[in-house]
Amino acid sequence: MKDMMPNFNLVQPADLASAISTLADAGENGWAMAGGQDSLDWFKDRVKRPTTVVDLSGVPGLSGVTETADGGVEIGAMTTLTEVENNPIIKEKFGVLAMAAGRVASPQIRNQGTLGGNISQDARCWYYRSGLDCYRAGGNTCYADTPEGMNREHCLFGASRCVAVTPSDTAVAVTTLEAEMVIAGPGGERVVPASEYFIGPAIDITRMTVLEPGEVLTTIRIPGKWAGAQFSFEKVADRNTWDFALVNMACAMKISGGVIEDISLTCGAVECVPKRLTVVEDIVRGSAPNEETANLGAGAASRGASPLNYNHFKIPLMENLVRKAIRG
Amino acid sequence: MQKKFSSNRYDPQGAVRDDVSRRHFIKGVIACGTVAGAAGLMTGCSDSGDGGSAPAGSAERLISINVNGMSRNVDVMPNETLAHTLRNKLGLTGTKLGCDRGSCGACTVMIDGTTVNSCSILTHTVRNANVVTVEGVGGGNGELHPVQTAMIEELAPQCGYCTPGQVVSGVALLQRNPNPTREEVRHALAGNLCRCGAYNNYVNAIVKAAGSA
Repeated sequence: MKDMMPNFNLVQPADLASAISTLADAGENGWAMAGGQDSLDWFKDRVKRPTTVVDLSGVPGLSGVTETADGGVEIGAMTTLTEVENNPIIKEKFGVLAMAAGRVASPQIRNQGTLGGNISQDARCWYYRSGLDCYRAGGNTCYADTPEGMNREHCLFGASRCVAVTPSDTAVAVTTLEAEMVIAGPGGERVVPASEYFIGPAIDITRMTVLEPGEVLTTIRIPGKWAGAQFSFEKVADRNTWDFALVNMACAMKISGGVIEDISLTCGAVECVPKRLTVVEDIVRGSAPNEETANLGAGAASRGASPLNYNHFKIPLMENLVRKAIRG
Repeated sequence: MQKKFSSNRYDPQGAVRDDVSRRHFIKGVIACGTVAGAAGLMTGCSDSGDGGSAPAGSAERLISINVNGMSRNVDVMPNETLAHTLRNKLGLTGTKLGCDRGSCGACTVMIDGTTVNSCSILTHTVRNANVVTVEGVGGGNGELHPVQTAMIEELAPQCGYCTPGQVVSGVALLQRNPNPTREEVRHALAGNLCRCGAYNNYVNAIVKAAGSA
């Protein structure tokens, strides 16, 4: 027998304006729920205790895929991961996102979980998830970055008191595709590039994205820039299903005349934000996508990494995934 | 259970659909309550101020949901998962709860033909959808679905706890893809854990059922 999660007021608005005003009124006690695949776990564990939960599933206009004039696509934030995985336009033009969506969790979770929710999901550090009063939870210590802390899954880069990493597969893909996030809030709409949407602990240790209370991510806008490029997505996890990445890698490459004309390479689960590997991109651009170029790029990938006690393995893993992405 | 109806959350006029009489509705809900039995212990655990008034726009508690082709009237708390409603209020205990965290797939049901973990979805979000549980995949008079028959023939279950979830995942796959490859079957069942490790038997059964479904 299982007990129930603590009670809350469930609000199911029928339009975006009332969703936003309800969330804005509730402030820190409000919770925007998309597919609910992470939300309900938080509530059941009594780690997050919102008093007002706004279910976005009944808000019209937040799901679906439409092509844009610049050859890109706009994806509603409430589009399920299964729909993203199987959408013919995304598969044809931005395959890396379809591949990433298909590697998230399990079929049941992809059927209910949404792209917006997956991109914006919270950290998976188990000290944080189990309700300890760590920095990310508003406390004044980190349990993972200690001599005995279990930090095998934690970060190589960008630690700032907190050492949690981005757990999302699709966040890495949309960063590679240089997507823009359309955010609706009480003050109107704003558009934030993926490179600024995800934030690390140095900017705000309690959040993973720039979303403020009362704001809702409505659309993921993918520009035409990388349409039809050569894509690859690789995820290494302890289990093939359900599990979060130890390291994942999304790559978009344009090959012309036998050389890499342009490349966008993003690595996940090594920093609190998806890590765009611009150093590697600069090294391999203009070279043939062969073993030698791949080795040069791989050697630069982990430059500046500060591994914790138990996550040194992520350095060669990351380098190998870069090698594989470039060499094919 | 009677106490709940005196709460000002319940507006008798607004709650009742045209085609359902109020008396019927409440009788149905009370009957559900007796099925719940010991579940009162759990619904009582909420520390929410149950008597307090809900803000405007809050979900109505007395709802009808479509389960296995039948419209069922039920009193659903805002924080109630579909698995809880099915098992403790509608008596559909074929749906199992394993981890209650969306990891194991034992509670898999179909919502409008796609599989979801019923432990990880609020009942209020499926009011307008068609829910199919393991009780609803076969024929009306106890006839088994070809997937169920094949699982018996292939001795697929060992302890059987994950079987309802495996059946639902298998049936959903064959509905959208009547002739899956072995790899496609493995992919479709990837969200259903089996602690006995009988994965191959389940895959064998669904491959076999695909021929007869």
